Amino acid sequence: MIEFRQVSKRFPDGTLAVEDFSLVIPSRKTTVFVGSSGCGKTTILRMINRMIDRSSGSIEIDGEDIVALDKVKLRRRIGYVMQNSGLLPHRKVVDNVATVPLLNGVPKKEAHTRALELLDTVGLDRSLANRYPSQLSGGQQQRVGVARGLAADPNILLMDEPFGAVDPLVRAELQQELIRLQRELDKTVVFVTHDIDEAFLLGDQVVILQKGGVIVQKGSPTEILTAPANDFVADFIGATKGKRALHIDRRDGRDVVLDSEGRAAGVLVDGSTGTGEEVPT
Amino acid sequence: MNWVIENLPLIGQRTLEHLALSIPPIVLSFVLSVPIGWLANRYRWSRGVLLTVLGLLYAIPSLPLFVVLPIILGTGLRDSVNVIVALTLYGIALMVRTTADALGSVSSDVTQSATAMGFSPWTRFWRVDLPLAGPVLLAGIRVVAVSTVSLVTVGAVLGIKSLGLLFTDGLQRNIVAEVATGMVATIALALVIDFALVLAGRMLMPWTRTVSPKRERRALPVDEAVTA
Repeated sequence: MIEFRQVSKRFPDGTLAVEDFSLVIPSRKTTVFVGSSGCGKTTILRMINRMIDRSSGSIEIDGEDIVALDKVKLRRRIGYVMQNSGLLPHRKVVDNVATVPLLNGVPKKEAHTRALELLDTVGLDRSLANRYPSQLSGGQQQRVGVARGLAADPNILLMDEPFGAVDPLVRAELQQELIRLQRELDKTVVFVTHDIDEAFLLGDQVVILQKGGVIVQKGSPTEILTAPANDFVADFIGATKGKRALHIDRRDGRDVVLDSEGRAAGVLVDGSTGTGEEVPT
Repeated sequence: MNWVIENLPLIGQRTLEHLALSIPPIVLSFVLSVPIGWLANRYRWSRGVLLTVLGLLYAIPSLPLFVVLPIILGTGLRDSVNVIVALTLYGIALMVRTTADALGSVSSDVTQSATAMGFSPWTRFWRVDLPLAGPVLLAGIRVVAVSTVSLVTVGAVLGIKSLGLLFTDGLQRNIVAEVATGMVATIALALVIDFALVLAGRMLMPWTRTVSPKRERRALPVDEAVTA
């Protein structure tokens, strides 16, 4: 469990990036911070592994204040995946994946064996192990980034817009992979994105942020969709328009689901919320 | 041509002396530029001060420097230490700026992710920043190497032994072949050292030789099926 208590961050230039932020991030769940750029979501994420030190308040991991911990050791037990992968361009894929175990003094052979297994885990062929990152596609690099984040078997995995720079098809694929991985590995994932669809897809807990790290609403995707806290949230998640504001229309004896523009989004089938006749539109 | 054949042992000896005067300044200016360049790149104030002051070193004319250094260092006028110190100063003048720029050119995505992985600042410098600055450092040290090999010849005016002595001696005795040999041998030596540096760079930085993803894919179509 990660707990933020009244955390603020003021940068040396005077900008107050995060003000009085309090939140409990439950273990073994995926928590997604979502908000427009400049809302402080990355700052909040980076305060967890002390890439950025908070100015006031406290951050605890499993009841332990992280200020008391050695930064370098703390980071080695927290996985980190970032946009543009951040892979070391001068190290082969296998060495990149093995980075943290090697830093921790695990023998090279053992670290490499484990790294190859991790390539399997993230769905990469082992033949890529001896390539350099520049020889991989963007999607492959992100997978290597995820494998690297998992290499030391951390309890916590921080992901800073990890799929932001890949094309939509690959992004969808990587999102599904992450959902599969999370089912298998059961990590505490903290994920940052500006994409509300991605947040709803991946998050058990979704935290919608406004400038200064102000929590506008937090809850499960269903809770947020069914009861947006205010107009900002409703607007941000698009609850009143487009593909989230659906209504049912009866055509040729079948219930067709239409979006706010009247475009067909799908048909109702057995097993969904209704069978047709009594569903109010 | 006859002069060359008759004086091969002398040319060989002068070449070795020249090499002995060239290598230490090249190595020293590289090694010393790393910490200075790091400092210059680290803080805004230090960058301006260090790069300006050290850059001005290059403006000192070499011959007076060769004369003044023995007084400062307490060495003899013909001591090779003078040449080595003087050329190291010139090397630093060229190399510090390159080192600062090289370290500054390392992608912040990479350094940040290295920090996030748990590299300590010290480890990160040696294992991430410095190697990734390598290609730019190599470009810088190649300039220093060629410039040093050429500047060593100036010492000949004071009688310090190098290929430069072939110019001075050839001029005094009016042997055109000797002057020409001195020039050709100096250029050849510079090329050899330059080539050695390029070779060393290739061995130490294998990642810079990798082909781009596009060419790679064309070369290995079988792997496409595996890709994401």
